[in-house]
Amino acid sequence: MCLAIPSKIVRIDRDTCMGEIDTMGVTREANFSLVDDEITVGDWVLVHVGLAISRIDADEAQKTLAMYREIIELQDGALNAGG
Amino acid sequence: MQAADILLQMVRSNDAIRAFAEHIKIEAAQLKKPLRIMEVCGGHTHAILQYGLDQLLPGTIKLVHGPGCPVCVLPQHRIDAAINLAQRPDTILVTLGDMIRVPGSRGVSLQQTRATGADVRYLYSPLDCLAIAADNPQKTVIYVAIGFETTTPMTALLLEQAHSRQLDNLLVHSNHVLVPQAMELILAAGGAVDAFIAPGHVSVMAGAKQYHILAEKYHAPVVVSGFEPVDLLDAVLRIIHQVNTGMATVDNAYSRFVKTTGNRKAQQLVDKYFEPHDDFLWRGIGRIPGSALKLRSAYGERDAEVQCPESCPAPTEEQRGNCLCGSILMGLAQPTDCPLFAGGCTPQNPQGSCMVSNEGACAAYYKYRRDW
Repeated sequence: MCLAIPSKIVRIDRDTCMGEIDTMGVTREANFSLVDDEITVGDWVLVHVGLAISRIDADEAQKTLAMYREIIELQDGALNAGG
Repeated sequence: MQAADILLQMVRSNDAIRAFAEHIKIEAAQLKKPLRIMEVCGGHTHAILQYGLDQLLPGTIKLVHGPGCPVCVLPQHRIDAAINLAQRPDTILVTLGDMIRVPGSRGVSLQQTRATGADVRYLYSPLDCLAIAADNPQKTVIYVAIGFETTTPMTALLLEQAHSRQLDNLLVHSNHVLVPQAMELILAAGGAVDAFIAPGHVSVMAGAKQYHILAEKYHAPVVVSGFEPVDLLDAVLRIIHQVNTGMATVDNAYSRFVKTTGNRKAQQLVDKYFEPHDDFLWRGIGRIPGSALKLRSAYGERDAEVQCPESCPAPTEEQRGNCLCGSILMGLAQPTDCPLFAGGCTPQNPQGSCMVSNEGACAAYYKYRRDW
């Protein structure tokens, strides 16, 4: 029920708050009325039942990515050390 | 490639899954006692079983499945109301797909009601109701709204747009429910859960802030998580870390999409049209004060419960026989504990709502777990 899928914005019509998104290679219509952030073509947004609900926070994505890489490197290091 | 693109690939990567699973084993070795973590959201339950994440965890960590499936917790008298509304003359009843198969107290579903001539339709988006109402001005179009905080803003937007387009023939039957109140009931009942993985998309709307009371009052760690395998393992790791360091706070492991304050635009819209419902029963659980939303009285002309009271039966507690759905929704039992599971109760012949809804924990076990 609460399924929402990351999708890339393909087109925005600012007058109608409508546009198109690319969800895993499939282009669909989407409604941007509920997004609380500035959006532009190429942004990742979460889409739930045809409506975008949140734009990705690039800074937070960067931080999470760095943390994930740290965990992976830590584990690789532990494996190598253990032979 | 941007960090966001790389991250969205990494949250599913085998390397990251392996690394997190190993790291969890190291951290979990320091736990002083077994840890029971409830993933509240049915979407999380499905991801955990689909990827077999529970089987990657050490034996000291048990994932307990929660009540976060809106169809599973909807009591039969409200399904009866939807069926009664569909049978009214000159009515088109519209709802989301998950609702259509669930039987009411008379053993009949909306799907079967449609087969006997009622005009029942299901939609991809609630906003599709607008075109149906505009195309059928002589009919009453009733949207049976269902869902947690994620979906309520769409119903509020539907009401806003119906008003601006003067579509007076559109009514709403609200079954929107709220997550934190159910989480608090589970903690207050005691015994089943030590920590929560909080629902990601509910939190996109309502904000991570809404769980602070749980961490403070019950000393329960709460981590907001996304729906990919690495998101969920990251949430488990953060919970273990909190427990090992004696902390109980709200942590946001889904910060790429979830803000502490949530989506204010959506919150304002919901607040404009909805107020707490004091008398809402959760199926298998019972009354939870303030755990649902109804239309504000100023919008009574849009409220199917106000406009069609004779179609909406009063709340009644249900007799459930051997079905363990109530205990499963409270985290007190696993689907495989139920004597009916995979025998008298299957997706083809469901007895309880946790099997009838695709999002239910029993449906997830039946689909992904072959060791029962």
